[in-house]
Amino acid sequence: MAERWTQEVRPFLSKWALVAVPYLWSLLFFLAPFLIIFKISLSQTAIAMPPYVPVIYGLGDFWSKLSDFTFDNYVFLTEDPLYYSAYFSSLRIALVSTVLLLVVGYPIAYGMARAPKSLRNALVMAVILPFWTSFLIRVYAWIGILKPEGLITIALQGLGILGPGEQIHVYNTEFAVFIGIVYSYLPFMVLPLYAALEKLDTTLLEAAADLGCPPTKSFWVITFPLSLPGVIAGCFLCFIPIVGEFVIPDLLGGSETLMIGKTLWAEFFNNRDWPVSSAVAVVLLIILVVPIVIFQNQQKKV
Amino acid sequence: MNKTTSWFNVTSLVVGFAFLYVPILILVVYSFNASKLVTIWGGFSTRWYVELVHDQAIMDAAWVTMRVGILSASFATVLGTMAALVLDRYRKFHGRALFSGMVYAPLVMPEVITGLSLLLLFVAIGFDRGFWAVVIAHTTLTMCFVAVVVQSRLVTLDRSLEEAALDLGCPPVKTFFLITLPLILPGVVAGWMLAFTLSLDDLVIASFSTGPGATTLPIKIYSMVRLGVTPEINAISTILISVIAVGVIVASVLSHRSQVEKEKAERAVFLGG
Repeated sequence: MAERWTQEVRPFLSKWALVAVPYLWSLLFFLAPFLIIFKISLSQTAIAMPPYVPVIYGLGDFWSKLSDFTFDNYVFLTEDPLYYSAYFSSLRIALVSTVLLLVVGYPIAYGMARAPKSLRNALVMAVILPFWTSFLIRVYAWIGILKPEGLITIALQGLGILGPGEQIHVYNTEFAVFIGIVYSYLPFMVLPLYAALEKLDTTLLEAAADLGCPPTKSFWVITFPLSLPGVIAGCFLCFIPIVGEFVIPDLLGGSETLMIGKTLWAEFFNNRDWPVSSAVAVVLLIILVVPIVIFQNQQKKV
Repeated sequence: MNKTTSWFNVTSLVVGFAFLYVPILILVVYSFNASKLVTIWGGFSTRWYVELVHDQAIMDAAWVTMRVGILSASFATVLGTMAALVLDRYRKFHGRALFSGMVYAPLVMPEVITGLSLLLLFVAIGFDRGFWAVVIAHTTLTMCFVAVVVQSRLVTLDRSLEEAALDLGCPPVKTFFLITLPLILPGVVAGWMLAFTLSLDDLVIASFSTGPGATTLPIKIYSMVRLGVTPEINAISTILISVIAVGVIVASVLSHRSQVEKEKAERAVFLGG
């Protein structure tokens, strides 16, 4: 009996406890909230605290309450062109910035992977370090640089490119949002690319060169295809959160830039319309489900 | 490697790192600006740091942020390490797909969705918004990052050491604390650091789950930034950046040293055997 306890029951219990604790935590604080967000997106707005009419209390009154469900919030989203434009503009901005990140990040990752071995760890460290410092602060740093009386204007005036009274108008435009996004998400793009490029067997390139393949061609025929897992991982790691980005468009984009993260924030904090902001979140989630699932399958393979 | 490509590599590295570091450098330099105007240099001064220390609201927010960060990073490290062990060790159990989904999804989930959904949960179960709500929210967000960091360490772990301990009758829990934990410690420490800095950094999720008396530093900074750029914000930023930079460098030196020592020990065992 005692032997059975130590041989079978105890390992089983410790395994069970190890699985259960993080599992229950994630169920309660990650999965359950999504069910609630979906539930509240179906309820009616009310001037109360919390500002919505509760839909379900228990299973008992589920059927009697079913009539309280409403798709009004979703209908509302389709009626106001603001939401369409916000979703489209978020997807467009995320797509363009992901391409920009790839174009900016690839040469950096390539340079790191081809640097002397002794330097590589220090370079990886140097890419990660800004990522550890506050996101908010890094975005804030660009305000001082980009605003009309900011450092770029001062530098261009100093160089004589701009006249004394002239200013550069980048702050509060979509262009500023692109700069902010590329700056903030660069490590997320560079690190997966570097991981893929560093593994690359350079003898393949030497063989290609020996056989007379020009470097540009061997890049497109050998290096780039072999780095594709890194490219995919980096693009998803950037694209998905950028679609829902709030801080960057809010601080750098001004009123001109429309993004769904900002719309949701305004719906929730300014209009205090919880059901509509829940509906906005549910639709955003539905849009992102496909890329998230692809990203997860990618992660599992690694 | 021919000359043109290495020239290209050096240039892209220099330009890339300049892009990453110059804005931060400018921010730090201007925190020592005597002038109230952020972009005009008025001489060296530390007056903004002095004003900062006397600003009670900022000091309170900093204190709240520190406590939230330490608590949530510690909870997240325990939960994240457990999650990493589960994902690494138990290849097949009912609900594994859902579990790994829940571990990886928060890495890319837009913060506005996570923040809003957690807030609605707190309201639904009648949990007061405020300090502990922020701690729970940050624990949930950051445990996933800890899990990923620890898991990458577990993959490289030599399982035969654990198996030897278990064969000699050491109970699994004891084996974990005597064998596994010391070996994955650099990953666990790095996970804690990452969780702490993410918590220190988070504006969106904290804004949703905070309540009266639980204003964190990012929430405070955000409300100041909305009113305009001030040298005081540069001063807080500089302090935060230096604290994190020193922490990260110390942690990486420590983990490098433990790596070197481990290699030395392995070599000694090899030569001795």
